[in-house]
Amino acid sequence: MHGVPISWYLALSVVLFGLGVAGFVYRKSVITVFMSIELMLNAVNLSFIAFSYQLQRIDGHIYTFFVMVVAAAEAAVGLAIILTIFKNRGTLQIDEVDSLKN
Amino acid sequence: MDTFLFILFATISVVCAFNLVLQTHPISSALSLIGVMGSLAVLYLLLGAEFIAMAQMIVYGGAVMVLFIFVIMLLNAGAEKSGGKSWFAQILGLPLLSAFVAVLAFIIRMVLPATSPVQFGSWVGGTAADVGKAIFTTYLLPFEIISVLILIALLGAVVLAKKEIE
Repeated sequence: MHGVPISWYLALSVVLFGLGVAGFVYRKSVITVFMSIELMLNAVNLSFIAFSYQLQRIDGHIYTFFVMVVAAAEAAVGLAIILTIFKNRGTLQIDEVDSLKN
Repeated sequence: MDTFLFILFATISVVCAFNLVLQTHPISSALSLIGVMGSLAVLYLLLGAEFIAMAQMIVYGGAVMVLFIFVIMLLNAGAEKSGGKSWFAQILGLPLLSAFVAVLAFIIRMVLPATSPVQFGSWVGGTAADVGKAIFTTYLLPFEIISVLILIALLGAVVLAKKEIE
């Protein structure tokens, strides 16, 4: 039985993080931008778990657990903000929310 | 078998992540994100993180994604309008992103020593018992603080969703 080296997991993490950044920068819908942030958090979690396996220590798992909790809290607050934006402006396009510009 | 499982689920997660970025309708992106999270849970299991794999499925695949899909349905979010991108993002976006990914891959290649391959079951320190022991001994204070954080987030979400801004 041959496995893959740990660097493959880190490479996958880098690719997913890059895709998350691309979604964050390129997409216009607030909800999709928010999902890209979740994708980036997941990519970082994968590298935490990979390092935890490599060092044979549990600490990486705990950090991942905390990231998950913070991400859940962030999702709840962020979606409430999106709800408020939609109620007040009637749009989900990120470039139409530009009160600070003028 | 380990190699096969890694390549299968890594491919699924990368394809789903591409789909997330490329789809214009938010509900398609949300379903792709569920695919990414499910395949990442399998990869966590391969790395010996049993508890985190289950938490990933329940917290991310369950709770967070239900919240996302609920909001998409509630707001009746349609496909986003295209266009209006700045010239900076259009010209320099992809090269900068590729450079970023290449630099990170190079750093991984340079810094990481040659390691033995990942074998499923060669490290079993990630069970619920081990994680619980670490949380309630070494990481007790952060754990208590994060419970307060989640309470504040709960209250904040309720207040934000109720408030009417004039």
